[in-house]
Amino acid sequence: MSATVATKLTSEPPNFEELESAVVRFAGDSGDGMQMTGAQFTTSTALAGADLATFPDFPAEIRAPAGTTFGVSAFQINFGSGTVLTAGDEPDVLVTMNPAALKMNIGELREGGMVVIDTGAFTPRNLQKAGFETNPLEDDTLARFQAIELDISAMTLEAVKSFGLSNKDALRCKNMWTLGLMLWMFGRKRQTVIEWLTTKFEKHPELAAANIAALNAGHAFGETAEMSTGLKSYHIAPAKTEPGLYSTVTGSQAMSWGLVAGAQLADLTIMLGSYPITPASPILHQLSAMKEFGVITFQAEDEIAAICSAIGASFAGLLGITSSSGPGIALKTEAMGLAISTELPLIIVNSQRGGPSTGLPTKTEQSDLYQAIYGRNGDAPLPVLSAASPGDCFETAIEAIRIATKYMTPVMLLTDGYIANAAEPWKIPDMADFKPFPVQHAVAPEDGSEGKPFERNMDTLARVWVKPGTPGLEHRIGGLERDFETGHISYDPENHQKMTDLRHSKIAGIARDIPAQEVTLGEDSGDVAVVGWGSTYGPIDLAVRRARADGIRVSHIHIRHLNPFPTNLESLLAGFDQILIPEMNMGQLYTVLKDRFQLKATAMNKVSGQPFKISEIHQAINELVGKA
Amino acid sequence: MNEQSDIKKLTPKDFASDQEVRWCPGCGDYAILKCMQRTLPEIGTDPANIVFVSGIGCSSRFPYYMSTYGFHTIHGRAPAIATGLKLANPDLDVWVVTGDGDGLSIGGNHMLHVLRRNVDLNILLFNNEIYGLTKGQYSPTSKPGTVSPSTPYGSVEGSVSACAFALGSGGRFIARIIDTDQKHMPDIFKRAHANKGASFVEIFQNCPIYNDKVFADFTEKATAAETRLYCQHGERLIFGKESDKGIRLNIDTLGLEVVSIGENGVKEDDILIHDETNRMLAHMLVALEPPDFPVALGVIYADPAPSFDYSVHKQIEMVTAERGKGDLGALMRGGRTWTVN
Repeated sequence: MSATVATKLTSEPPNFEELESAVVRFAGDSGDGMQMTGAQFTTSTALAGADLATFPDFPAEIRAPAGTTFGVSAFQINFGSGTVLTAGDEPDVLVTMNPAALKMNIGELREGGMVVIDTGAFTPRNLQKAGFETNPLEDDTLARFQAIELDISAMTLEAVKSFGLSNKDALRCKNMWTLGLMLWMFGRKRQTVIEWLTTKFEKHPELAAANIAALNAGHAFGETAEMSTGLKSYHIAPAKTEPGLYSTVTGSQAMSWGLVAGAQLADLTIMLGSYPITPASPILHQLSAMKEFGVITFQAEDEIAAICSAIGASFAGLLGITSSSGPGIALKTEAMGLAISTELPLIIVNSQRGGPSTGLPTKTEQSDLYQAIYGRNGDAPLPVLSAASPGDCFETAIEAIRIATKYMTPVMLLTDGYIANAAEPWKIPDMADFKPFPVQHAVAPEDGSEGKPFERNMDTLARVWVKPGTPGLEHRIGGLERDFETGHISYDPENHQKMTDLRHSKIAGIARDIPAQEVTLGEDSGDVAVVGWGSTYGPIDLAVRRARADGIRVSHIHIRHLNPFPTNLESLLAGFDQILIPEMNMGQLYTVLKDRFQLKATAMNKVSGQPFKISEIHQAINELVGKA
Repeated sequence: MNEQSDIKKLTPKDFASDQEVRWCPGCGDYAILKCMQRTLPEIGTDPANIVFVSGIGCSSRFPYYMSTYGFHTIHGRAPAIATGLKLANPDLDVWVVTGDGDGLSIGGNHMLHVLRRNVDLNILLFNNEIYGLTKGQYSPTSKPGTVSPSTPYGSVEGSVSACAFALGSGGRFIARIIDTDQKHMPDIFKRAHANKGASFVEIFQNCPIYNDKVFADFTEKATAAETRLYCQHGERLIFGKESDKGIRLNIDTLGLEVVSIGENGVKEDDILIHDETNRMLAHMLVALEPPDFPVALGVIYADPAPSFDYSVHKQIEMVTAERGKGDLGALMRGGRTWTVN
């Protein structure tokens, strides 16, 4: 067992360092278990009380050819004792399990950062598959970094040799060896990982034992070999956060729980109709496992059947929900029009991904805002909400249900691949803090007079919700235009104008029933407002903090209600000299804002499938105020 | 639980809405509508517990003319909407009204899946072998060579057999009837209703405007006895004015053949007995076509199994019984948590 060290920095780093935060990225082949390693590191980190944000970045191919660059899977975590809102710009520590992972990720490592390399995987064959002409361990590829070269493969085989595993199975333990090393590096406990491995391999105790042995060996290596390898350990103090009970949640988890919570507040049963699609499927999985909550889930034959079944359930008096991603949402478009026309509540969750067409299934983007607001035939408005972070999905889902049931309308709820997969510490809410909004289905008048199934609340303009099975209110609904009064089919020109106006006013009127737009960070006037929506929340907020620390009069305004906008938004924006709108699209919120308001703004666009970096937005703010 | 027990006996009028029926004069849909309004009082379900769900097309206007609950949805999607409706409230009597274009072209996929899942729906497919509402284009059931506005030189496509499709999709109740056959239709509706699962009923329906007399081979009264084969469970597959013809299994061709009783030594005992639970026989019966064969009508196949909606709710009940009623607060606190003071 020999570990070669290639520390080419001029000065030796100290062996112990106190850090405020750190960004660690695990990168390897899709088969190397990097997502699992990252998830376990996340749990251990969360339990140690650090604030954190994660960014899983994996290929669309389930098992791309081993060793190739397109099969590289990565998991990044940013954790610290201060507020952590993004997965971090540049890794401080990069762990690479093979040449392809090194090739794809080394460009992201901060200058002077540490890269941990499994030299055992740097075979001529793997170097060739990764497209290296010369061995990066031998040329100047790593000159700017602190490279820790360890034959992790060999050390893993050594650690597990007593368990009698095949060479292949034994090598699969190397992610645990690496995790052990990283847990040592950041002073994290191994216990949760050991418990997890024991449960995971309950039926294969020898695999559990081997993986635990590898984990312990990696940890022990850090403890014993630090002096000779240049390895150092870091200490990150627990974050100072609001008191309460915390756990880590992914967006999909918080969304599913939020939907169940919202339905409970509305006193309704949920029926989810969904069709598998990346990155939305976890919501289908999560809700399918919640049968004891009375949740009905239906994996439909296609996206259209998925939304149609949800509409059928809403007609029956349940809360119909459908969940998908961009291409699937496109298929649901006609049915959304039906829900608008028939005035039935419906929640449509769109976990956005890179587009157009199939696009980038596993990469994040927020380019479905036009589709959400404008994308239907006819004048067909519906409310659009967006979640800003994994934990925010919970409250946004409740708000969507409140609006859908109060106004008898489909509501589009936007999240994205980043939010869906990423995890963050989340203060577990107390349901007693939420005000219930129980739904009353209509019943026939008790005095025996004729029932009015098309009656409307003239404040909200919402139609009554009559469920089949209710005596005396039998009626027919459909996608044909219907008479304002009687609900019968009507081709009358004036009636169509009236109904179109009504659909418009009903949605526009929701603006009066949503919270006023708040300034997320900073003052309500100033030189610059950085305006965002969705998962750009983290990088915008941190960039604004940095710019404010530089003395720039800049504020962050993050919009949850995208249609209709809060009534005060226009006047709020008018208080700023300049407006910067960073979006992971070609300027969709920018266009929608300009469509609604007299507004001068600067669009900032990125569609690389990767979230914004804090530094990118920080720089854009500086440029806007002439500081760059 | 839907059966009516109160004093008021309902009549066909109680099932007719106040809307003016707007099908073309002579359309086969009128007869089907009348028969439904006539049969429902006999079935006895409270109108408040009945829902008619349709897609788009001439037949899909049906719900507007019923005084029950109704949902005129979008093209082809009625089975999907009805699935959600039935999952949400399994106590409702849900009828799906569709056509050959709605149910087998744009909605063919949903039809396949609603049948294989065995959702407890009564599906009436009005087959007129033409697109009526869009003014006469050929449909997926149109015979090859059909001349229509979109096939001025005749269609060059093969056609689909609705019942063969339904059987192939895993349907467990397959029946067939002619629009004008008011004698048999109520029984078919009652049988479809009684079946707890997806009941598929193909109705040969004449479109007098765009495809008049397309089924004349077997719908003409004068030749009806020779061209129709009414399938009755447990009875021999006999037809003909003199009840002298029958269907026999030819073991050499592994197919059905028409034989005359008393000729070439054929005895009545040689004629097949209809077994509606026999899927193989059903496949052969639905394939019979004029002029060589009579058209098989009645309940061709009925072999019930638990319905999808029943099984979904059963599973929810079982999981809830096993795990106890869900507590969201407990679930959210159930993972790895830590306390910040």
